[in-house]
Amino acid sequence: MQIVVAIKQVPARDSTIRIAPHGRWIEEPDLSFEINEPDAYALETALLLKEKHGGEVTVLCAGPDRARSTIRDALAKGADRAIHIECENLESRDTLGVARLLAGAVRQEKADLILTGLQSDDLGMGQTGVVLAQILGIPHATIVMEVEIQGSSLRVKRELEDGWFQWVEMPLPALLTIQSGISKLRYATLMGIKKAKTKEVCHLEAGSDIDLSSVTLHRVYVPEKKKQTRMIDGGPAEAAAQLVDVLRSEVRVL
Amino acid sequence: MNGVLAILERKGAAWNRISGEALAAARNLATHERQPLWCAAVGGTDGFVAGAVTRAYAVEHELLERYTADGYTLALEQLIREADPAYVVFPHTYQVRDFAPGLAARFGETLIADVVGIGEGVFVRQLLQGKLNADYRHTGGGPCFVSIQSGAFRAGDLAPGTCEVKVFTPRLDRSQIRSQPGEPFRMAAKTVDLASAPVIVSVGRGIKEQDNIPIVAELARALGAELAASRPICDNGWLPMERQVGSSGQTVSPKLYLAVGISGAIQHLVGMKGSKSVIAINKDRDAPIFEVADYGVVGDLFEVVPALTAAVRKAKGA
Repeated sequence: MQIVVAIKQVPARDSTIRIAPHGRWIEEPDLSFEINEPDAYALETALLLKEKHGGEVTVLCAGPDRARSTIRDALAKGADRAIHIECENLESRDTLGVARLLAGAVRQEKADLILTGLQSDDLGMGQTGVVLAQILGIPHATIVMEVEIQGSSLRVKRELEDGWFQWVEMPLPALLTIQSGISKLRYATLMGIKKAKTKEVCHLEAGSDIDLSSVTLHRVYVPEKKKQTRMIDGGPAEAAAQLVDVLRSEVRVL
Repeated sequence: MNGVLAILERKGAAWNRISGEALAAARNLATHERQPLWCAAVGGTDGFVAGAVTRAYAVEHELLERYTADGYTLALEQLIREADPAYVVFPHTYQVRDFAPGLAARFGETLIADVVGIGEGVFVRQLLQGKLNADYRHTGGGPCFVSIQSGAFRAGDLAPGTCEVKVFTPRLDRSQIRSQPGEPFRMAAKTVDLASAPVIVSVGRGIKEQDNIPIVAELARALGAELAASRPICDNGWLPMERQVGSSGQTVSPKLYLAVGISGAIQHLVGMKGSKSVIAINKDRDAPIFEVADYGVVGDLFEVVPALTAAVRKAKGA
């Protein structure tokens, strides 16, 4: 079973974000970066499937040089090899542009299954997986909670809205977008970290066809506050006393 | 290419609430662009034609009775090629997330997903879990595909109306539909009805570990509130799934929503932003939860929450 996991490197969750002077993206030099959380669950799902059914897990990542650290972490956790599509300006490509980059690399892989997270924590478009499946001409399912492989077909549990679920069957090869939090993420072992250094990382160059974008990010900015928030200051006891006043005389729940 | 086509979604026999919001957004766009407003839905548009809609498409085919991404993508591609609109507007539902990106890709376009505002030639989206907004422009040559975030537009001011209804029967063959969907099901009967709770105390990642949950549960008990949580807490099994608030959990609108250690990711905010009052306690001053909070405390929840519990008990005893 050949599994490809498409992962993205994004700013760490608790980062303090500053807008770049040109106003089209954020200041990157002072940020730390990590694997996009839903992609970490896609990788975990792939590693569990490999343990059960055998085969190979290939990590696919488009991004600048700094993405190497995230790729190395994925290899340390147990992925067998990686493909790094070197691309300095990922954020200036639209989803279709990114999916085309990924499709170009994945075509040579003869993958039975392609996994990725349901959305990225930075742009949050939530569609790279679906568009990649469309370009590759393979079936897909989104917001997947459980994956069962039965011979050449696939049975997955999808999350619907309001606490509803659904099982869907489809033939392989297929693409799944994985929901966050569906399993316990493993840590890399010392042995894994050692081994990662010897694993193959194939470097590809991204072309420069950005002009084809059908959608462009024009400007980023701090959202204007729609609501007046009254900040309550002071130490814990003082804040608690003020909150009780609010609960009693303004919110009226006491 | 002319016209704004809103593609709406049913929930069983009824309409999905967010479909009305998407139609309202489409109407604003049509008015602004001076283009006609059309709507379409698989299975018919009965009972959902607003006054401003000039044409409704009822997309009908036996292979569309149960949702599949392949069926919807192929059927709606044919409809859009025939209607030839300049804009296609969807509600940003889980179902739309499953097929609309691929549908847009078939036109060489990228869906502008989860839009919260529409301005002069720009579509506003949230980035980095709501920390930033971004203006997107459509620069492609085909129709512009947009999906609308739940709660971002008001459906209330749409008056009912009548218009020409066209039945659209796509050409579909069973062999084109590669996936076999099963019957939707619920994991367990719902025993907690957060939707009707007047006061909710909700806990997020900031609580750090399961052993700390009682700190927040105590506050809920003192206030006579229901205890709720953001997704990561329920994923970890620290509280049952039925206590989850957000797009994948329950939507609530209590008199008071007290958010403890919740940063306020978009998926959580859509489930609680209808609350009458919101109090947020969080250590990160820039957390997006403060965008929707009426009252905010920037501080360590492990100090503030026990102090608040004690103060509430004292106030109630007095």
